[in-house]
Amino acid sequence: MSYPIIFKEQMSEQVFALRVRAPQIAAGALPGQFAILRINEGGERFPLTLADWSAGEGWIFLVFQVVGKSTFTLSKLQVGDELKDVVGPLGLPSEIEKYGRVLCVGGGVGIAALYPIARALKATGNRVDSIIGARSQELLILEKEMEDVSTSLAIMTDDGSKGAKGLVTWALEEELKGEGADLVLAIGPAIMMKFASAVTAPFKVPTRVSLNSIMLDGTGMCGTCRVEVCGKTRFACVEGPEFDGNEVDWNLLLNRLGQYKQEEAVSYEQARSGCCRE
Amino acid sequence: MEKKKTLKKERIPMREQDPQERKSNFDEVACGYNLEEGMAEADRCLECKKQPCVAGCPVEVDIPGFIKRVKEGDLRAAIMAIKDKNDLPAICGRVCPQEDQCEKFCTLGKKGSPVAIGRLERLAADAEVAMGELSLPEIAPPTGKKVVVIGSGPASLTCAGDLARLGHEVTILEALHAPGGVLVYGIPEFRLPKAIVNREVEYVTRLGVKIQYDQVVGRTVRLQDLLANGYDAGFIGIGAGLPWFMDIPGENLNGVYSANEYLTRSNLMKAYLFPEYDTPLKRGQRVAVVGGGNVALDSARTALRLGAEEVFLVYRRSRDEMPARAEEIHHAVEEGVQFKFLTLPTIIEGKDGMVTGMECLRMELGEPDESGRRRPVPVEHSEFKIACDLVVMAIGTSANPLLTCTMPELKLNRRGYIEVDEVGETSIPGIYAGGDIVTGSATVIEAMGAGKKAARAIHRRLAGEDKEL
Repeated sequence: MSYPIIFKEQMSEQVFALRVRAPQIAAGALPGQFAILRINEGGERFPLTLADWSAGEGWIFLVFQVVGKSTFTLSKLQVGDELKDVVGPLGLPSEIEKYGRVLCVGGGVGIAALYPIARALKATGNRVDSIIGARSQELLILEKEMEDVSTSLAIMTDDGSKGAKGLVTWALEEELKGEGADLVLAIGPAIMMKFASAVTAPFKVPTRVSLNSIMLDGTGMCGTCRVEVCGKTRFACVEGPEFDGNEVDWNLLLNRLGQYKQEEAVSYEQARSGCCRE
Repeated sequence: MEKKKTLKKERIPMREQDPQERKSNFDEVACGYNLEEGMAEADRCLECKKQPCVAGCPVEVDIPGFIKRVKEGDLRAAIMAIKDKNDLPAICGRVCPQEDQCEKFCTLGKKGSPVAIGRLERLAADAEVAMGELSLPEIAPPTGKKVVVIGSGPASLTCAGDLARLGHEVTILEALHAPGGVLVYGIPEFRLPKAIVNREVEYVTRLGVKIQYDQVVGRTVRLQDLLANGYDAGFIGIGAGLPWFMDIPGENLNGVYSANEYLTRSNLMKAYLFPEYDTPLKRGQRVAVVGGGNVALDSARTALRLGAEEVFLVYRRSRDEMPARAEEIHHAVEEGVQFKFLTLPTIIEGKDGMVTGMECLRMELGEPDESGRRRPVPVEHSEFKIACDLVVMAIGTSANPLLTCTMPELKLNRRGYIEVDEVGETSIPGIYAGGDIVTGSATVIEAMGAGKKAARAIHRRLAGEDKEL
């Protein structure tokens, strides 16, 4: 099996998008699911949420930010290059029902994971109002796509270079104080999801988040992705990635996400200095 | 024949890497017999008419037959005799618990030590590689029947190989990126070199079996769809899967691993070669491994090789109850693994999100439990601490529901394992299962035996024969 890259786009300085030929995954993919990639022979296995797919054309669309060796290496690949392994679709799909008004909150590359879920919610007859944010205008992705699937779209940037200046959680709080919502879907960096959940808690609005735990096999075999939800250990790869944000132990997740910080720095440095394989 | 010869009570010892040296490398511990040693050991065989050893082999290898060839120095004939029944001899020669199987029934065992059947099997298998091209058995003409085998561990490889020989078109679907299942992600290099697994897998593919990777059946494809679209039968050999944790405080701290994760990172992903390979693994200085089976010992010995100064094996029962192989316990002791018997961890302690130690209770053995082993009971007020910076939980696995939950009509037992009849067929006609997903954690050779049995039944089904023998 080979997984050639058929399209590549640089969305911002550190954010890239790839369309990869993976007909089997495209055929079965549902919103909220992810794939596990292994770029080359010595590569690690890591998850990326499916940002889009076409069953008819047999491709999946992946969006990622360069944060370490694997994403750095992935960003250097070109159209025609092949990924060694792409496994999926993994994880439980997002529950798509008619809820009423859904607030879709996306931060950074999390917007890519949010997009297909927002699209499906809209197609199911929900009123989707979205709030997306990034540090600056340059880093904001998929604005047009999110606009297409949202009744309204608010944009927040840390520096005010696009939309309003501030955090997505501020806009979320305003919306909840105002019209309110039947469901909040928040996907982005763990710290953003933590604070988004804290904002929704007093309003008692169901809040779904998609956890980006470290994963290895993606089939429940290793338990590296374990998180605590309602005080119970759960495996994000097979029981998630979506959980109720107000039941997640965020500090534990943040701690576990940082588990290999030192090793990741060593690998990244090695990759950037060009001494890695291909 | 030579009935009068004197009994040689003791077996020829096998050379091993020196414990002090090997505990810091991943090379194989046991070096194997050379031809001379093998012939001398084979010469101990009494060639009993009743062949009690064969009855102890789950895959029915003609043990006296192959040993006779070794005795004559004809290793090619020896391996052909083994491969008539066993496609994975280099693996079995290394990891089978022979002391509980073939060797347990050896007549010589009554007066001294049994013939070292496993070592002789290994000698023959390794010699064949040294001779170059592996010889293939006769393969039946194509039957036009297609079988899908899920997983590529020992049960699946055996089932697939046997069916391919019978002329069926067999495709293995593997979830990971490499073949072998537990043989590659679980058993460490120093006990079973991956080159040997690859060689035996290659042999199975030369029998005609095709292997597709990245196939998570239940997610990527559904077994029902495969059977509706051209496959005539299916075999499920996906292994046990989900790691157990103890459900005690602190278990999700950084530095606490399941044995599955610890070993998969080291073995499959080659984290012991980080940063040459990308996958990282925490290298503890004081590592506590919880459990008493082979997986616990593999984890403990891996920790030593990754540079740990002290490795503790923490087990709630005593040495006599350890399910691990005697040989592996012996090797671990030689390498300096420290055993903490009758010890039950109750809390994992940490600082800044990282493990710093375990609080434990001392246990004593009470009345036998349902497993027949004496039940460990906590001693009151016996709390004590073990300082450690890494904990590996090697306390077993449970059935992974990833595939089975997509097939509601598939009958499972109370614990989620697949129910099969005496020939390995599940509640869905045409779908068979074997190995750990049926029995729960067991041995490589038992899984192979189940794969063999199912292959026979699948063949009978495809050939339109009656299910009964």
